[in-house]
Amino acid sequence: MLRPNGPVARCWVKILVCMKQVPQKDAPLKLNEGGTWIREDVSYEVNEPDAYALEEALRQKEKHGGEVVVITAGPARAQQVLREALAKGADRAIHLEDDRFVGLDAFNVARAFAAAIKEDAFDLIFTGLQSDDYGYAQTGVLLAELMGWPHATIIMQIEKKDSGIRVKRELEAGFFQFVEMPLPAVLTIQSGINKLRYATLIGIKQAKNKPMRKVSWDDVSGAVGENLQKVEKLYVPQKTKKTEYLEGSPAEVAKKLVDKLRNEVRVL
Amino acid sequence: MASTTSKRKIAGGSFLIEETNPREVFTPEDFTEEHLQIAKTAEEFYVNEILPNADKIEQKDFSVTRGLLKKLAELGLTSVDVPEQYGGTDMDKVTSSIIAENISRSGSFSVSFGAHVGIGTLPIVWFGTEEQKQKYLTKIASGEWISAYALSESSSGSDALNCRAKAVLSPDGKHYILNGEKMWITNAGFADVFIVFAKVDGEKFSAFIVERNSPGFAVGAEEHKLGIRGSSTAPLILNDCKVPVENLLGDIGKGHIIAFNILNVGRFKLGAACIGGAHESLKHSIQWAKDRKAFGKTIADFGLIREKIAQMAVGIYAGESLVYRTVGMMDAALSEIDKSAPDATREIRKAIEEYAVECSIIKVWASEMLDGIVDETVQIYGSYGYVEEYPAERAYRDSRINRIFEGTNEINRLIITGWLMKRAMSGQLALLPAIKRLMDEVMSGPSMPEEDDRPLAAERAIVASARKLSLLIAGAASQKYMQALVDKQEVMGAIADMVIETYAMDTCVARAERLLAAKGEAGASLAVAMTRAYLSGSMAIVERMAKKVMADVAEGDMLRTQMSILRRLTKYEPINVIAAQEQIAAKVLEQGKYIL
Ligand SMILES: Cc1cc2nc3c(=O)[nH]c(=O)nc-3n(C[C@H](O)[C@H](O)[C@H](O)COP(=O)(O)OP(=O)(O)OC[C@H]3O[C@@H](n4cnc5c(N)ncnc54)[C@H](O)[C@@H]3O)c2cc1C
Repeated sequence: MLRPNGPVARCWVKILVCMKQVPQKDAPLKLNEGGTWIREDVSYEVNEPDAYALEEALRQKEKHGGEVVVITAGPARAQQVLREALAKGADRAIHLEDDRFVGLDAFNVARAFAAAIKEDAFDLIFTGLQSDDYGYAQTGVLLAELMGWPHATIIMQIEKKDSGIRVKRELEAGFFQFVEMPLPAVLTIQSGINKLRYATLIGIKQAKNKPMRKVSWDDVSGAVGENLQKVEKLYVPQKTKKTEYLEGSPAEVAKKLVDKLRNEVRVL
Repeated sequence: MASTTSKRKIAGGSFLIEETNPREVFTPEDFTEEHLQIAKTAEEFYVNEILPNADKIEQKDFSVTRGLLKKLAELGLTSVDVPEQYGGTDMDKVTSSIIAENISRSGSFSVSFGAHVGIGTLPIVWFGTEEQKQKYLTKIASGEWISAYALSESSSGSDALNCRAKAVLSPDGKHYILNGEKMWITNAGFADVFIVFAKVDGEKFSAFIVERNSPGFAVGAEEHKLGIRGSSTAPLILNDCKVPVENLLGDIGKGHIIAFNILNVGRFKLGAACIGGAHESLKHSIQWAKDRKAFGKTIADFGLIREKIAQMAVGIYAGESLVYRTVGMMDAALSEIDKSAPDATREIRKAIEEYAVECSIIKVWASEMLDGIVDETVQIYGSYGYVEEYPAERAYRDSRINRIFEGTNEINRLIITGWLMKRAMSGQLALLPAIKRLMDEVMSGPSMPEEDDRPLAAERAIVASARKLSLLIAGAASQKYMQALVDKQEVMGAIADMVIETYAMDTCVARAERLLAAKGEAGASLAVAMTRAYLSGSMAIVERMAKKVMADVAEGDMLRTQMSILRRLTKYEPINVIAAQEQIAAKVLEQGKYIL
């Protein structure tokens, strides 16, 4: 494919965006019977940072040409995130479809992804910074390692360079870091770095006809090992109320109070 | 799957004469993935774009409204009823309603949106010439131009055909010269193009496409309104207004066809918009009820508050079931039309007009449902519901207009009964045979009801009784008053209420049945509870209206016979509405919003 507006013959961005379906933010969660995860009958949505990762990929494509492919691992319901991505402008989708991907550890998910995209030659892989459910922030980094590619995390901005890309990373306490890196590479994208688009009606209509490749558990099971993660117990924190009377002279009470605020409650 | 809908073309009004096959009833559970995505886009747009601008909109900053309409147009959300060749997205009526429902969660913008995409656009889609469509629809679909619909006048609203605005052909035959005024025109303050109704030579009721910058065209001052204050409502002044002859819309003297056809669509879309408003009010009510403390509890713990919350959810359930059942029937009928055929638009209009009675039912039912909900939302907010700082007050004011425009609810009630009677007389709807069958049945005395131990059997029996009572009363009233029935408005209105409730109950039960078939008892339990709660109140209305008419049309032995039939038809075990509402409230409060 030719780039629409540039001299370079090869379009440099063929981007894979890893997207996950997670429980909706305001959904009331209920524990499952075993107390190991939540019940399935909640509403789901696209993991927020993944939505920003997709948006960033679409913007890069609009600027430089290329292709945006989206991938997810999850049960049938997870296909919805792919459909949404296709409606917003992704070109095709890959669905690793199996219930066993729910609760699979990040390392094995990354292995499954790596196996599923063996035939594809991507220049960039985007993931969200972390998922809103488990919040491990591991999949992208592990995938980079498996692919033997460099990676950078908490990405705020991506700029094309002759030698590759220059990215802006968010550090602690308002600091930023600029990193130049070669391609191919894996980037984990921070929420809020762009403004999300809406799926247009035309986009939604067209999404139906875009390719969606299904990958079964068996297709990737050779690459996947034993689940390294097991949730033993999940529980809602018990709210307890305790009233304690501080006794003594006003000065003593004040001293005890300061001590408590400083060392127990840690607000001072 | 046992519960998919089948697409048979169903006759309008047939819910009244034959038992419904639930598999032929379209429900929100039948939304395609595409429908759901469109709903999501529309809802996100409301939350991210419209809601944050609500105060500016309310201050009549029309640039904000225009900007939002333009953005919506870019997403394709304003042109689902416009064919693709004029820049529209041309989708089904379910999509059109889904968008109306999700965009229309707050009054002012909802009305501007509705006037533009509905009554302002459709006249050109349906009656425009190729040139008119090329010239106007493309601009309207892209959001470059905003449209409005000018039918009412200061002295003729319900009686719109009796308008005074006049059009006379200019001596050179190139223009129509329009004189008169139009009143209450939504979007008048900023619209670019108006569908204006006037009588050619003071006699022939006709429609014209009038551009804002036409010579002799002026917009008067904004009205100071009770609600939807952020929408524009102003009069038009036509003072020798020059309109090119090619802007005559449809045929001279056939303006009423345009006016009536457009209103059918306006009515079901208004229904969808009311559902959107109801969702918003319920959400506010839940939030407030959970936060507000009294007597050491949250008010959401109190039964009388929970009952209100449950009733709101039931309103949404019944309302969305009604709207989507109706548009589902339209889509099934529309899908049979070859859109490239030369008479396609006429066929489309006819297919929609077939459901005129359902459209009027939706309009009346949904506007009154929303008014009930916003009223109880104020109640849940207590004093905070009475002040402007909280959302309940505005919603309360905004809702009121829905009972007035798109045909007042009185006019729509008259249409419901009148339309059915007309269809019955012409034989288009087998109402008379149905009434006769029923009379034979009731006159042969009480019969043992057939054993029916399927789930929802009792509910189905209630609907069957409501249907019979409606037929019985319609029959008795027409026998007594014959042609003069149209002048006996109280009876017409009572029959309309029975018909409305029959359609609503029938629809609730059909949806619950579909859900039972698809998801089993546990999966359908909320829908079943809402259906039962709805039936309990609804059947009471049917009974009351039946008695009201009976007492008017019969006396002595005749009245006693009718009363005994009524008693037979209303002999059912009372529904435990308290238990049903408790179940509904618990679920809705837990979810924080209405989700089925
Ligand atoms: C905010 C707002 C926006 C509007 N937008 C538009 C618009 O965009 N375009 C447009 O053309 N119009 C618009 N209207 C006008 C609206 O459609 C009319 O006001 C409405 O049709 C009622 O007409 P009316 O006000 O003349 O009331 P009337 O017709 O005078 O009715 C007064 C009362 O009498 C009752 N009544 C009238 N006739 C009968 C009858 N035959 N039998 C029994 N009862 C009857 C009515 O139900 C009502 O209760 C708008 C109005 C408002 C307030």
